[in-house]
Amino acid sequence: MLPRARPTRVVRMPDTSRLDGMTSTVTTPSSESVPRSHPADRTGAQVAADAAAVIGSADLSEAGLRRFLHGLPGVDRVGADGRAAHLGTRSIKTTAKAWALDLTISMVDLTTLEGADTPGKVRSLVAKARTPEPGDPTCPRPAAVCVYGDMVAEARDAVGNSGIRVAAVATAFPSGRAGRQVRLADTRDAVAAGADEIDMVIDRGAFLSGGFRKVYDDIVAVREVCHDAEHPAHLKVILETGELATYDNVRRASWLAMLAGADFIKTSTGKVSPAATLPVTVIMLEAVRDFLATTGVQVGVKPAGGIRTAKDAIKYLVSVNEVAGEPWLDPDYFRFGASSLLNDVLLQRQKLATGAYSGPDYVTID
Amino acid sequence: MRAPAPARIDVRKTYKLFIGGAFPRSESGRTYEVTSAKGAFLANAAQGSRKDARDAVRAARSAQPGWAGATAYNRGQVLYRVAELLEGRRAQFVADVAAGEGLTERRAQDAVAAAIDRWVWYAGWSDKVAQVAGNANPVAGPYFNLSAPEPTGVVAVIAPQASSLLGLVSVLAPAIVTGNTVVVVASEDRPLPAISLAEVLATSDVPAGVVNILTGRTAEIAPHLAKHMDVNALDVAGALGADGITWGALEADAADTVKRVLRPAGDDEASWADAQSLNAILAYTETKTVWHPKGM
Repeated sequence: MLPRARPTRVVRMPDTSRLDGMTSTVTTPSSESVPRSHPADRTGAQVAADAAAVIGSADLSEAGLRRFLHGLPGVDRVGADGRAAHLGTRSIKTTAKAWALDLTISMVDLTTLEGADTPGKVRSLVAKARTPEPGDPTCPRPAAVCVYGDMVAEARDAVGNSGIRVAAVATAFPSGRAGRQVRLADTRDAVAAGADEIDMVIDRGAFLSGGFRKVYDDIVAVREVCHDAEHPAHLKVILETGELATYDNVRRASWLAMLAGADFIKTSTGKVSPAATLPVTVIMLEAVRDFLATTGVQVGVKPAGGIRTAKDAIKYLVSVNEVAGEPWLDPDYFRFGASSLLNDVLLQRQKLATGAYSGPDYVTID
Repeated sequence: MRAPAPARIDVRKTYKLFIGGAFPRSESGRTYEVTSAKGAFLANAAQGSRKDARDAVRAARSAQPGWAGATAYNRGQVLYRVAELLEGRRAQFVADVAAGEGLTERRAQDAVAAAIDRWVWYAGWSDKVAQVAGNANPVAGPYFNLSAPEPTGVVAVIAPQASSLLGLVSVLAPAIVTGNTVVVVASEDRPLPAISLAEVLATSDVPAGVVNILTGRTAEIAPHLAKHMDVNALDVAGALGADGITWGALEADAADTVKRVLRPAGDDEASWADAQSLNAILAYTETKTVWHPKGM
């Protein structure tokens, strides 16, 4: 057996019995039993050491990564779809619904990612985030606004000290088809402009052709740019699950991104159909749960794209609670990437408050 | 010897709701028994809930711009086609009306004929409303000043309880002719002609969502429509004679959102025999006035 670097922390191997996609009865790790740390607290060296310990290969070679990722148990597609559909049948009403709606709002990354974005549109988006419900000061604010890199300064200026974070997509979003230097420069610009969070895309082409080390190195390099800045930014890694073809690949990409030090794993750019789906999100939630159990690091999940109604959002929250557990019911660990979702949640909120069904005349259309 | 042919098994019809051009069952899964005027079982109808009403309003809202945007001529043609199809299904409507309202065959024939004629009458108004109710206003300045009636939006119609087809047509047709879309709560005890009418609408050229028909307990559904913030007008005709609800209460519910409310004419349900008027159309219109500079 080869001598290998001693990990700085106790690292347990993944409990593979949990990874079969049908793990409804698995108890989620409770907050007392597992030391948990935020992924952004780790240094680059710790990330590499954790990754090496998990895959059992000190040099994180291509072969080692492949051996580990292909060694992950396969996902039973029918089972995963069935489990997601089952989680979607839960009935959440009255006070629980009110709580879920407020939590949903606080988890929204209010997003505008159009070629036609103007400074004015970004400012109106931020205004909406600052005062989602002008008639009701108890209404929570969304967690962040998500814009293109060149709009960060505008958004940063508009959010002021409201506590809303500014997220920027970077690394040649949405395709990621650019050289590493370009992608890093893109990231550096956004971070320098004051972005609190960077949403990067992985190189799906490299991933699908088996270049795991390339994807890993990309993420590590972007992470370095984000974390070593004067104003460090959290890193969300977009897997673009709609292009990954299989649930097995979703699981592998989730692990690969977490090994490389992602603070969040995000389903999609919103530019590819299908975007976020419940089964894919469930698989990613299983991955972050198992990653926590293995390394003691709690990574967040962000489904993005295609979540338009409060009803959909509540299905996701039920899945979060059932699959990953209560620690993830927190805007620091779960987000919705959405633009029209907020309006529907506000309509539902008004319905709960007044008892009368509301209509699109009573929210701002953006 | 040949054995006697076995009795044929009945093919019974399932009466469902009509929302967005489709025929869904009630979201609540409930049904209720519909009986003839003499108390004989006729059918099970879907017992709609407030969520069905919400879905119907959503369908009506999304259909409204397209229907209002169609040319008046086109709307008139589409509605006239409905009358043609009603004529073709006359026998079915006569049977439905006779059973539900307890009319003789002859009087049911008259009621159905009157309903079809009324539909044609309102269809004809489609491209004439603006000419009669619109105006070129005299103003002291170099401007054209033009007023024209425009549809108000989504109209909730509580259909008359006693007159299940003629009454329904009398409140439904004037609402849709100008480009409004409607959510109808059909007569509680006599809903079958309304659903048969829905089948006619579904197979004519009326776009999905322009007319949505709910069956069930009027007192359960109507208040939610009256309070619904995305409904622009309310016809409370069917609150007369419905159990557990008054039109005054509905009008009060509608007041929060300043809806147009069309009150019933008297304390009892009208005969509907000659209840057709331009005013019924104009009740659901808003007047738009445009100033336009005159060229030199």
